[in-house]
Amino acid sequence: MGSVLKLVSHVGAVFTDSCRTAGAVFMLLGDTLRSMVQYRLRWDQIFEQMYFIGIRSQVVVLTTGAFTGAVFAAQVWFQFKRFGMESAIGPTVSIAMCRELGPVLCCLLLAGRVGAAMAAELSSMKITEQVDALRALGVYPTEYLIVPRFLALVISAPILTGLALVTGIGCGYFVAVKIFGVDGAYYWDNTIKFTDSKDVVIALIKSFIFAVIISAIACHKGMNCPPGTAGVGKTTTEAVVNASLTLLIVNFFLTILLNALLYSN
Amino acid sequence: MLELKGIRKSMGGQEVLRGVNLRVGPAERVVVIGRSGCGKSVMLRVIMGLLQPEAGEVFFEGKKLTGLSEEEWNPYRRKIGMLFQGAALFDSLSVFENLAFPLREQGEKSEGVLRQKVAEALKIVSLSGTEEKMPAELSGGMKKRAALARAIICRPDIMLYDEPTTGLDPIVADSINRLILHLGKMFGMASIVVTHDMVSARMVGDRISYLHEGKIYFEGTPEQVDRCEDPLVRDFVRGHAEGIGITG
Ligand SMILES: Nc1ncnc2c1ncn2[C@@H]1O[C@H](COP(=O)(O)OP(=O)(O)OP(=O)(O)O)[C@@H](O)[C@H]1O
Ligand SMILES: [Mg+2]
Repeated sequence: MGSVLKLVSHVGAVFTDSCRTAGAVFMLLGDTLRSMVQYRLRWDQIFEQMYFIGIRSQVVVLTTGAFTGAVFAAQVWFQFKRFGMESAIGPTVSIAMCRELGPVLCCLLLAGRVGAAMAAELSSMKITEQVDALRALGVYPTEYLIVPRFLALVISAPILTGLALVTGIGCGYFVAVKIFGVDGAYYWDNTIKFTDSKDVVIALIKSFIFAVIISAIACHKGMNCPPGTAGVGKTTTEAVVNASLTLLIVNFFLTILLNALLYSN
Repeated sequence: MLELKGIRKSMGGQEVLRGVNLRVGPAERVVVIGRSGCGKSVMLRVIMGLLQPEAGEVFFEGKKLTGLSEEEWNPYRRKIGMLFQGAALFDSLSVFENLAFPLREQGEKSEGVLRQKVAEALKIVSLSGTEEKMPAELSGGMKKRAALARAIICRPDIMLYDEPTTGLDPIVADSINRLILHLGKMFGMASIVVTHDMVSARMVGDRISYLHEGKIYFEGTPEQVDRCEDPLVRDFVRGHAEGIGITG
């Protein structure tokens, strides 16, 4: 009996804690949006961050896209050929890539790479008093530190996801046609015929929202880092884990919501 | 010019400041001394609005600053300079960019003017020619001086120095003390200097305040402090350890 109570109170504590954190993350997001409108944007900073996020993440994202597309095409081929459904492989790969695999995997990698970097950078600035030095010089940290990171990721993520989709679908084609000998023209025709522009829209909307989640959680964690170097490591890990989990959970609801919105009739 | 009234502030569940009162007149240099951990840095952070006190008020040029929002503080913060105990240079920016930062924020765009002002400021702290270095390449004392140059580059009305001479060799420390005096005399800059270094305290202070158990325990000119017979103050000034029970 006692242990049940303990469990309930533990779950309750975790729940209220999560709610409080979620509230704080939303506050930060609101503050970021407000600062974005209220202050002059620092384009040099935004470009610098975009270079780091956009250009430097390309290899990671392209590799992810390529091998996901390839392995998915292979798996689909193994199953579909038993029913003589080779013609459906193309659209299956491209729709799965667009709606789920592309945005989710691409953004999970961005959470690991970019989210971690944001959290680590901000938290080390925090513990070495650089954030306070910024405030002491009369600069609002949200405006100087968070807005450029947020914008850079929100702009880069859909572009990177688009790239991942293209390479994924391309590699799927390569695996199915060149390795397993599916008819190329047929494969491609079906892919085009059954892949809707709405599928691409879903990919872009999802990656946009995931980018908002990653940057908000990583920046919130970084700016609230406990003192000490141990704090930086802990903060970084938590930022990546929380962002990845939130992203996966939100993805489920987003899928339902987008389906209802885009395919309502 | 600057006045603290009954400032109370707790840190980590322990009341660090318990009603601090302090006044700094125009162009006056007040030295705050006190044992390590007594809350000197916390006091400076409260003045700068980096920490919100639980009670009490900070007045600057007759305007009450406590209670202002983070962004309402910013115009005042630009008139108050602060040297952090740990320097707090932006480590992703070169020394030049660090020093140019406050100038750029205040709207200076001309690269030539920036170069010249930064070179001047670096010369004052005897760091000429280090513009292109990154903070990680500087020694602790050099970081501190670069941070000092950054803090004074916009000629604030009042400077808060958190242990400006700690970790510096005696010659550089002396030049920093002279710099504090010089800034006060040349630009009428008021200052609050937090230090453990009694040589520095006697040299730069118009007035010395001893912070003890969260309050200003004693206040007076350097001569009064030297003549003070109160055991707590005397031990601190002369560097005795009797009060803490490690006597030989
Ligand atoms: N972020 C913090 N969280 C919890 N406690 C803190 C924090 N910062 C300071 N303190 C506590 O507040 C007290 C005063 O700290 P402060 O840094 O002001 O001391 P100080 O007088 O500047 O000492 P020193 O001369 O060594 O720099 C200390 O007891 C410290 O433990
Ligand atoms: Mg201190």
